[in-house]
Parts: sequence; C-alpha cells; structure tokens
Amino acid sequence: MSMINYASREINCKLVYYGPGLGGKTTNLEHVYNKVAPTSRGKMISLATETERTLFFDFLPVDLGTIRGFKVKFHLYTVPGQVYYNASRKLILKGVDGVVFVADSQIERMDANIEAMQNLYENMTQHGYDVSKIPFAIQYNKRDLPNAAPIPELQAALNPGWPVGEPGKQRVTPDPYHESEFLVKQEDGQWIERAPYFEAVALTGEGVFDTLKAISKNVVKTLG
Amino acid sequence: MSGASSWSFREDDARQIQSILSAFLGESNARTALIVDRTGQMVSTAGESPTFDATAFASLTAADFSANDQLARMLGESEFGALFHQGERESMYLADIARRVILVVLFDNRTTLGLVKLRVKTAVVQLNQVFTDMFNRDGTSAPGVESEFLGEAEDEIDKLFGS
Repeated sequence: MSMINYASREINCKLVYYGPGLGGKTTNLEHVYNKVAPTSRGKMISLATETERTLFFDFLPVDLGTIRGFKVKFHLYTVPGQVYYNASRKLILKGVDGVVFVADSQIERMDANIEAMQNLYENMTQHGYDVSKIPFAIQYNKRDLPNAAPIPELQAALNPGWPVGEPGKQRVTPDPYHESEFLVKQEDGQWIERAPYFEAVALTGEGVFDTLKAISKNVVKTLG
Repeated sequence: MSGASSWSFREDDARQIQSILSAFLGESNARTALIVDRTGQMVSTAGESPTFDATAFASLTAADFSANDQLARMLGESEFGALFHQGERESMYLADIARRVILVVLFDNRTTLGLVKLRVKTAVVQLNQVFTDMFNRDGTSAPGVESEFLGEAEDEIDKLFGS
C-alpha cells in the first residue's frame, strides 16, 4: 500500500526482509547501507539486543531520486527472526509493499525456514494480505557453506508455488533470473506460479543487490 | 488490491491539515506537530521544522504506537488512544487519528502537558474527520503516476543498485 503524497510529491514503498533467526536479514541491510552512496540513503536504525540480535526491527531508507516529479523512496525493514518475537514481527508487516524471504541454506536450518515461511503466511493473512498477490522474492543465503542444501530441495520445501486462478495469468512465464526455469508453468494439468528466487552470500554481498533490484522493480510496477 | 488499500494524499488535503495543525500550535504553544502514518511514513509537518532525521523518527513513532497498541490489548483495552513521553526539556504527545495515522506533538517548557492535552482534543476531532473522508474517497480519483514513470524508475533502480 504505497502512499502517494501529492502534496510533498513523494512515494514511499515499504520492503520487509523476513525469515528465520540468524539467516542474514540484517546482513543484507548492512551490505546495502555500506555500498549505496551516502547521499542516497539515510541512517540505519537497529533496535537490537546487547548481543546484536534484532529485537524489533532494522530500518534503512534508500532514496531513488526524483522520477517524473516524484521523490521515490524505499523503506527497508527487517523483522526479528527468533520465534518468540512474533508480536513485533507482525507489526512490521503493516503496510508492506514487498517481501523478501531470506532463507538459511544450511540443511540443519530447513525446519526453521519452513516454520518462518508458515509464520509469514499466517501473519500476512492476519493483516488481510495475500503473499501470492504482492511482490515477493526468496533469497537462499549462505550458499558458500559446505552444508548448504541443494537449490531444488530448498525450492521444493519453501517455494512449491501456488495455483494460478486468473486465466489472464495462465501462460508460461520464463524465470528471467534462471535459464530454462519458469515462474509460471503447468504442472500435472494445473497452472503454478513460484516466487523468483536468488542465491546469496550476504556476508560478502553476493546476490544482495540482485534480490533488492528484483523486488524493488516489482514494487514499482504496482504503482502504475 | 493485493495488500492493504493504497491511499493518496492530495494538495487540498495537505492545506486542510496544515490549517488545523497551525491553529492547534497557536493555541497550545507547542513547537511542532507531525502526522505519521501507521506504516511508518511521514505525511505532514507543521510548526518549527524538525532538526532530527524525520524519516527515522516516523518509522520509530509508528513502531512505538503499534507496540503500545498491543500492550493495550493485553490489558483488555482496545487501544491506548494517546501516549505521552516526558523528557527534561522536550516532550512528545501522540494521539491516534482514524486508526490509520498518528498525530505527534513536540513541545518544551514554553507550554504544559495540560494545555497540550486540552487543545489537542479539537484538533483530533477535526483531523479524524479529514482523514476518514480521505480514506473513504474513491481510490480511482487519484491522478496516479505518468506512464513513463515505470521505465524511468527501473533505470534508476539499476543505477542505484548496480546493473
């Protein structure tokens, strides 16, 4: 629900990084903070515990500049990943325009990923939002670790896709980010859509901007 | 619509809100009044310009109010309609408007909490009306962005985040 402020000629879009604890959500934001020109970003706010675990959220505003007379800004938020912080996690989703789910690729974290994904769906539903209808991307982080699960396994568990009901959307759509893969295709006679996914090593920055670019472009499309 | 409903804020809305906030500031002797939406975005400011990072302030205000909303529910209240944070020199008073935005009043020792609370009542009633009308307005009446906007925004995204 981007708010278009015609008085101040501003459009603000809210992007939320969601996912299990210690998956790399804050690291994604830190990389963006460090790499984007200081003139294009604001201060990064972290409401964290003494041990640097996110308690409430991290916040980073990024300024896209003036486009056709509108100042366009992306507000990047992370949620706390730990299971028991659900109350604050849910609050941050309010008014979200796009979601990035940061999954931890390590095999041992598969259950935590699945639990966090279910939690995302639940919290979105409680706000009256539909994950399948808003800009949504999945980032498989920590691809450099030896115990990282294979992508097909992660896709099957976290991105099995949702049925496409609208006849207008029932057409084969290639995945622009992965050759010979598809975002929308027919499987066993049913049309299925998947969220775009990205591989990342957030600590080194690999894949961080690919993810951010994809989600922010999809969010901008919803403004037209 | 996929997420929550979009809303737009027009120049005539801004004028109406400015006049309500200016009248309130004059009567209460408060320094600054800000309107922040519940998703954490600054909507409008009146009075002395804030010297702090207004974007960060708006996001923290929304979080503060939302967290307190949940605390209220735990106590069996539907909401805390207003909050007050007291500092040695600077204080802030926050009030809910139409369940969608928050009025934030910043004041110092040139006035008192009592006067602010007394004067804010009228402003809250007026703002409630303005915002309720705004949210009920047909969303299609907003002019929207120009057709070239999308392409140019994508170019800017590539430039800023690397292509």
